[in-house]
Amino acid sequence: MTGRLHPALIAFAFIVYFFLMGPLVIVVGAALSDTGYLTFPPQGLTLHWFERIFEMSAFRRTLVTSFQVAAISTCFALVIGIPAAYALNRYRVQLPGWLSTLFVLPVLIPEIVLGFSLLRSIQVGAGLPVVSTLIVGHTLLVLPYAVRVISASLASFDFTIEEAAVSLGSPPVKTFFTIVLPNVKAGVIASIFLAFITSINDVSVALFLTGPGISTLPIQILAHVEQFFDPVIASVSVLLMVLTVIVMAVVERTLGLTFLTK
Amino acid sequence: MAAPATALVVLCLVLPVSATITATFYAGGGPFDLYAAFLASGFRRSVLWRTLEISLITTALSLVIGFFTAYAISRTPPRWRSVLIILAVFPLLTGVVVRSFAWLIILGRNGILNDFLVWIGIEGAPFTMVFTKGSVIVAMVYLFVPLMVLTIVGVLENIPDDVIEAAQSLGASPTQTFRQVIFPLAVPGLIVGAVLVFTGSFNSYATPQLLGGDQQMMMGTFLYQRAMVAFDWDGATTVSAIMVAVTLAVVIGMTRVAKHLNPMTT
Repeated sequence: MTGRLHPALIAFAFIVYFFLMGPLVIVVGAALSDTGYLTFPPQGLTLHWFERIFEMSAFRRTLVTSFQVAAISTCFALVIGIPAAYALNRYRVQLPGWLSTLFVLPVLIPEIVLGFSLLRSIQVGAGLPVVSTLIVGHTLLVLPYAVRVISASLASFDFTIEEAAVSLGSPPVKTFFTIVLPNVKAGVIASIFLAFITSINDVSVALFLTGPGISTLPIQILAHVEQFFDPVIASVSVLLMVLTVIVMAVVERTLGLTFLTK
Repeated sequence: MAAPATALVVLCLVLPVSATITATFYAGGGPFDLYAAFLASGFRRSVLWRTLEISLITTALSLVIGFFTAYAISRTPPRWRSVLIILAVFPLLTGVVVRSFAWLIILGRNGILNDFLVWIGIEGAPFTMVFTKGSVIVAMVYLFVPLMVLTIVGVLENIPDDVIEAAQSLGASPTQTFRQVIFPLAVPGLIVGAVLVFTGSFNSYATPQLLGGDQQMMMGTFLYQRAMVAFDWDGATTVSAIMVAVTLAVVIGMTRVAKHLNPMTT
């Protein structure tokens, strides 16, 4: 649907994009400023604030925790999410209708309520350690990505190929790994990166699931901003934006970013 | 094969969240005592109303901005269209904390907007802009416009070209085509976008925390304050139950409305 656009509409879209990009440009500028406070445009250029991130143990530690939790949760979500997506597509008729609704619940239930409920029931109630509860919470948080993205890839998979392999004597498990999985590789790779960045960026679930010495990067950023207003936060933000760019590049090469508009 | 994932969602989401909601009915003397206490407190009522107000304003502004931007995107040539979509996805995948923090740099007392206003000599500058309702709304709209744009672009791209060509060949002017064909077909998408933005705003934490502080407490920040600062778990479970109830009511109600309004199905 292309066609001529009213000049006012073009101007409007231009302003909206200025509004969308401006604040992020300001963060990058503030991260490079050699002043001791946040400012834009940067007064003089320095990479000092990026070094500061790794000099401050609170940031170093939470950065490592965030990456570990994201990696483990993503693995768990894929290990249980891929078979679930497969079952939902392969046996759609036999499975009860509420099952696909069930996998939407982590998106539907307010994340902050999920975080609080996990604290009440799993951490305090069942006595699970803080980190384990955090991993459970993030696995739930990213599970819908694994199920949805891989389901979308499986929807265009022709299951008769699988049946052909099985009827020619290939064992079902081997067929799954050699026939089905390679065909949805793009979806699997994209969902790994989308799940990972979702976990890294999460605030609402992690908010309740931090304890002495255990915190994630976004929670540490929030705590730091309450007390200090220095460019370290801006440089951490730039690091997270670099991560976003990597994720986008991978999603673009596997599924194409227009997938996200569906 | 779906069993492990089903077990995880049931055991670690459905049961804990149900336990939180059930707890609200057993904590007081009568089953609805906690809710009566919530509504009896002027402060708590004000938190609920503020949350509803900010979420509704954010949804309305995001709808208007998102629709016109998405319409412009859907009518640009494919090469530019993908660039515009990439530029909308980037903020969406950048964390909530980063995007809210950006507005703190802009709107802070020593922020760049105030610096600019002082520099051009505006009377009374610098102004207090953070910890106001306005700053929370601006940051929330910023947060949700990309989501709205991408949702509506998806819907607009699904409108078949044939339908538009048919309208034009039957003599409809561009304005008539827009009003009578494109807009009605986009309404279900607008509703989906509105639901996502409303529930997202209603349940947000980081943005009201950074830009609203204690002065502009919303349900999310209030839940955290009750649970982790005041250790009032009865209060926290009540807030949780209200948040779940509002979210589910909006999602289920609006999904029905969207189905009803979809011209393709009736």
